[in-house]
Amino acid sequence: MIRRYLLPRPLHPFSWWGWAIALAVAASSASNPLLLLGIIAVASLVVMARRADSPWAKAFKLYLWLGVFIVILRVGFRIVFGGGDGPTILFNLPEVPLPTWVRGIRLLGSVSLEAVLTGLYDGLRLATIIICVGAANALANPKKLLASLPGALYELGTIMVVAVSALPQLGDSLQRVMRARKLRRSPEARTRRQRLRVVETIIVPVLSDALERSLSLAASMDVRGYGRSGTANPLDRALGLALGLGAMSLIAVWAYRYLANAPDTFVLGFPVLSTALLLLGLAAAGLALWVSGRTVQRTRYRPIRWGLAETLVVASGVAAALLIRLIARYGDATALFPSIHPFTWPELTLPLLGVLAIAALPAFITPPPYAAAPRRQPA
Amino acid sequence: MIRFEDITFRYASSEALRLDSVNFEIEEGELCLVVGPTGSGKSTLLGCINNLVPRFTGGVRTGRVVIDGQDTTLLQPRELATTVGYVGQDPLAGFVTDTVEEELAYSMEQLGFAPAEMRRRVEETLDLLGIAELRSRDLRTLSGGQQQRVAIGSVLASSPKVLVLDEPTSALDPIAAEEVLAMISRLVRDLGTTVVIAEHRMERVIEFADSVLLVSSTVQHGETREILAVSPIKPPLVELGTRMGWQPLPLTIREGRRLANPQRRAWADEPPGLPVPTPRDEPKLTAKDIIVRYGPKVAVAGVDVTLHAGEVTALMGRNGCGKSSLMWALHGAGRRDGGTVSLGDETRISLVPQTPSDLLYLTSVAAECEQSDQEAGLPEGTTLALLRRLVPGIEPEAHPRDLSEGQKLAVVLAVELAGNPQVVLLDEPTRGLDYGAKEALSDIVAGMAREGRAVLIATHDVEMVAQTCERVIVMAEGEVVSDGPTREVLANSALLATQVAKVANPTPVLTVEEFVHAAG
Repeated sequence: MIRRYLLPRPLHPFSWWGWAIALAVAASSASNPLLLLGIIAVASLVVMARRADSPWAKAFKLYLWLGVFIVILRVGFRIVFGGGDGPTILFNLPEVPLPTWVRGIRLLGSVSLEAVLTGLYDGLRLATIIICVGAANALANPKKLLASLPGALYELGTIMVVAVSALPQLGDSLQRVMRARKLRRSPEARTRRQRLRVVETIIVPVLSDALERSLSLAASMDVRGYGRSGTANPLDRALGLALGLGAMSLIAVWAYRYLANAPDTFVLGFPVLSTALLLLGLAAAGLALWVSGRTVQRTRYRPIRWGLAETLVVASGVAAALLIRLIARYGDATALFPSIHPFTWPELTLPLLGVLAIAALPAFITPPPYAAAPRRQPA
Repeated sequence: MIRFEDITFRYASSEALRLDSVNFEIEEGELCLVVGPTGSGKSTLLGCINNLVPRFTGGVRTGRVVIDGQDTTLLQPRELATTVGYVGQDPLAGFVTDTVEEELAYSMEQLGFAPAEMRRRVEETLDLLGIAELRSRDLRTLSGGQQQRVAIGSVLASSPKVLVLDEPTSALDPIAAEEVLAMISRLVRDLGTTVVIAEHRMERVIEFADSVLLVSSTVQHGETREILAVSPIKPPLVELGTRMGWQPLPLTIREGRRLANPQRRAWADEPPGLPVPTPRDEPKLTAKDIIVRYGPKVAVAGVDVTLHAGEVTALMGRNGCGKSSLMWALHGAGRRDGGTVSLGDETRISLVPQTPSDLLYLTSVAAECEQSDQEAGLPEGTTLALLRRLVPGIEPEAHPRDLSEGQKLAVVLAVELAGNPQVVLLDEPTRGLDYGAKEALSDIVAGMAREGRAVLIATHDVEMVAQTCERVIVMAEGEVVSDGPTREVLANSALLATQVAKVANPTPVLTVEEFVHAAG
């Protein structure tokens, strides 16, 4: 039983996204840099342990660098423009005098510890959220994610796969044409018109190449039965469209009311009108997908099924996020938001450690991905 | 299984009929080889089987197509996906997904196969095509032969009744082509699928073809030997059989050797006088220790080459052995990480790349020629006149993209030759050319050599080499493996021997002409 559970297999992409979004929510409701660093460490740990051997899995590093960049940018902004200043001056920079009408902004000047820390905490929080998204991206194959979408969104997946495979081909033909161009003794481009001509000599062959390729791709898809099933009749299509538009408008109104804090009647602590709008919108969206997807008779090759492991992954993320909420409401909120004015050292309390431990569980309790297949170098 | 009733086809833009009242019937389980010169309408005919023509190409088609007793004339290609599997020339251009397994399943996903059935069939197809170890590989990292096998597998997986293959090996090197054709022959024997295949390496397919469909001005369908006897295009072995009056016509090397037995015995007693290559001692290009490397990969590992005036040299070797890299390094436009290339004074060097159309970007042949005159500083009309001399009959107003592969090559050759280069490098010029176009190319190359130019041709085509080249350089893993007169290199090799050489072995006769001449 346990052995079978631990057989290598890819997990359902929704589970990784659910886990990562829950972690991001947890990160967004705290500013304790130790906790945030902990969440980053947990995300990295899970990615290292459970990512498959694919190009996007390797992109996780880029997200980490993006995080570092964000933190540096935030802190840099605080140093240059100030804001959140406090009494603890770290060092003084010569202030650049600005005209009086740009009040509230200063350029350089004295830099306080509080300003730097505010920048650091803020930046770290944003970086953590982005790294969580990066982790989801690294763990879940985006193509499998699209394949798990309802049938009505199938075209979206096809478009993405085609686009993704067209890009490197475009690069190849560009390289080839640039190389071939060296063979013709073109006169030096001096005037603007001649330079435009040079561009033309590259663009025309590359684009006609791409056009030819897309035509043969379309032919190939057609002869293999693409678009054979799932042509909805006009009535269904109109119905699907109407429902989709309705769903969007309902959700838009809900979002507006939510953000504008519009007055509402509360029953049992729930805003009635907003909740109704949201539920109706979601229902309409679901119905729209069902209507436009019901004529589609495609099947999926080796669909990933939702199993115990998927539930556990999502549960660990949601539990971590809920625990943070509980700590904020009933526990020691200062552990989540360590004070900057006056400065206190952030602490990693026992409950926070527990949160991190729960969030890190997927690195150990899920089946591993397939072992990396030996790859040959492209010729 | 497939019946064409009075099929006529023309493009909307022209009155000329591409297919003129075509009638034939292919039986179930038959392997039918489609032959004919390029531009004769082979692809059009194949496209008619699953209605890609005219549904996808446009044009006007009349007549009826009946497949497996069902009139399919008006169906969309996608409706025929379960009946007709279609594989084109360039497998990479037809891939929709990006891994082998998903590509195999794609067609079945579209047709709504049950997941369990789909899984079983994918596994079977993987084994059938011998690509099980490639199952999770990225399609773009596969070799050409593997890609074509996956492409064939992806249509076979949904088990169509008819398999249509439009020149499946034209983009492959001989070894990969062999791989694919061997697989097709096994499929025909094991599965009994009806196969219609257009293939310019005819000699590889004729031995297991049941019938031949000859497409030229008219379309003839019949038993292999009958049709080949009247075909304007035939493999060297059949050509030899016809010229020597052998009956029945030999289709395999074994049959040919048996028929040539008396001749070979005669030659064993009295070796025939064969033409000896003229010695050359006027080097036009001398290269020493050429090295090309891409990161850790060494493409060319210290190669010495000398090209002489008036000599046509062939550069052979499997794909990826460094032929192209060497050519680009010799020319100077490509990478060169070591070594020297010395050209004689005032010597220009020209290179025609593998995809000649990359060099063409203007809207008409005439414009390309004018541009070339300007680039080389020649009087107006030189390039066009040269082109007319090389290949007559190309419309100056035609768009370069609309020309056939052979014509495109001719335009690029004219552009390159306009500057009067003394050294000409041709990178796989025979790719996609039929026998007729290759003959024209041979003439052009021979003409260049007569004018005292040094020519180097990278090619896989042994027949072309035997006819045109005096000297052969064989490369492997970036090194020169053998370098010598064509007769020595080709006749002594198991892989590079021409069909005639295999028949005549051990007498080193390479071409049909030589054989007939030596036999008196």
